Amino acid sequence: MSGVFSPTRAEIKERTLRTDKWWLQPAITFGVLLSFVIYATFRTFENKNYFAEPLISPFYSPCLSASCEPGTVLAIFGQPFNNQYFGIGISPALFILIFPLGFRMTCYYYRKSYYRAFWMSPPACAVAEPHTKYTGETRAPLILQNSHRWFFYIGLVFNVILTWDTILAFRNAEKEWGHMSVGTLVFIFSTTMLWLYSLSCHTCRHTLGGRLKHFSKHPIRYKVWTVVSALNHKHPTFAWISLFGVAGADIYVRAVASGAITNFYFF
Amino acid sequence: MARKLNLRIWRGDSTDGGLQNVQVEANEGEVVLDVIHRVQATQMGDLAVRWNCKAGKCGSCSMEINGKPRLACMIQVASFGDNETITVTPLRAFPIIKDLVTDVSFNYKKAMEIPAYAHPDGLAPGDARMEQVDVERSQEFRKCIECFLCQDVCHVVRDHEENKKSFAGPRFFIRIAELDMHPLDMLKNRKKTAQEEHGLGMCNITKCCTEVCPEHIRITDNAIIPMKERVVDIKYDPLRWLGSKIGKREGIV
Repeated sequence: MSGVFSPTRAEIKERTLRTDKWWLQPAITFGVLLSFVIYATFRTFENKNYFAEPLISPFYSPCLSASCEPGTVLAIFGQPFNNQYFGIGISPALFILIFPLGFRMTCYYYRKSYYRAFWMSPPACAVAEPHTKYTGETRAPLILQNSHRWFFYIGLVFNVILTWDTILAFRNAEKEWGHMSVGTLVFIFSTTMLWLYSLSCHTCRHTLGGRLKHFSKHPIRYKVWTVVSALNHKHPTFAWISLFGVAGADIYVRAVASGAITNFYFF
Repeated sequence: MARKLNLRIWRGDSTDGGLQNVQVEANEGEVVLDVIHRVQATQMGDLAVRWNCKAGKCGSCSMEINGKPRLACMIQVASFGDNETITVTPLRAFPIIKDLVTDVSFNYKKAMEIPAYAHPDGLAPGDARMEQVDVERSQEFRKCIECFLCQDVCHVVRDHEENKKSFAGPRFFIRIAELDMHPLDMLKNRKKTAQEEHGLGMCNITKCCTEVCPEHIRITDNAIIPMKERVVDIKYDPLRWLGSKIGKREGIV
């Protein structure tokens, strides 16, 4: 017997005496994150309907494979990967999704969410967890959570690429500039939320100023740190909205590319 | 206006114990500690309860109310429904002494393990000068009243007694952060010892400490995560390690 049932502690048989709906938040988190994982996995392996000029799904950008549809390849990256290895066809999304996925998996906010909702460590505050042993993030594999800053840096590169995709969305299907469609708005929203999610990140806060011992010697970094700290208060909100935003952008592109809907142009 | 309140109070010691039902009068504006005192005065003369200031500043009356770690002097009776039974138990992370009183000496042992502030050599007392902007970040941590609710709710020790040897807990992570961010503190190995001796890496940032803090200190966002990032600087960031080797960055200490 360990934890709250240890012999030295007050003898109470219940795992928790909380009377509120403590299970609701982790249950919602579990449902939403699992839905996203299932959808993202489906889209990763679907390997079609990811491009409708000028919109490319964020799940497939940058498209780096030899099988990428014409018009999806960025010249700066080219097509360094084959469309199959060892006779197995590889979706272009598989070459890139590890990076945004890694950024979210190692994010301090998402860690809280999935440790509670999926691993029940703990399921909620003052609710006894079911595990008999616990070593936290001190050994493999969870010690790899310390790689968050590297995913953060790579995530910034992805944000730049998705920003470029959003700029391209100001073209029409004939690649003429100066147009705007519903897809443009969807991309602007998705990319803006991704930037806010990245810039409000704890690692960003630390890198830009948090690691300093003397703010007074670095007034500009201090100012930047105060701005990022204010954004950091909203980091969980940005984490969720950006997740929905990127999924929404993919759903929209898929719907347009499959012919289910037409991308309406305002001008 | 007075009302009848149904309470379930844990009574016992390290050998035996259980929840006992009691009905007590509660007046408008009273807090849970008030009605516990009334129970003590009228029905359970030997009920053990630790308290002091009744103003949310001494951190003595920490207990668990309806399963949540709270200060009994800060919880209004009016916040519960008319027919609701309020369950009051001792802190469940620490050894029981009697009734609502636990042995929190674990925390004092951990406090002694944290290296104290190290003043710069040659800087005479009274000559130290600090910019407000450099100290205000850690002033948030000075609000701590040592109620140990964060220590109680932290699942690392609450659910795993064996971790008490190697885990200092959130209250002492804010102490370490306060000193590591102190503009004059000269001790260089706080990050390393935080990770290797005080168990910072065991925290999986589920933020319960922040949720229960009666002083609303943002323990996780402003102390634990910044300390984890500082540990990454010295242990898991090869670029910063390289920078320290060529003299462009603070050394790995």
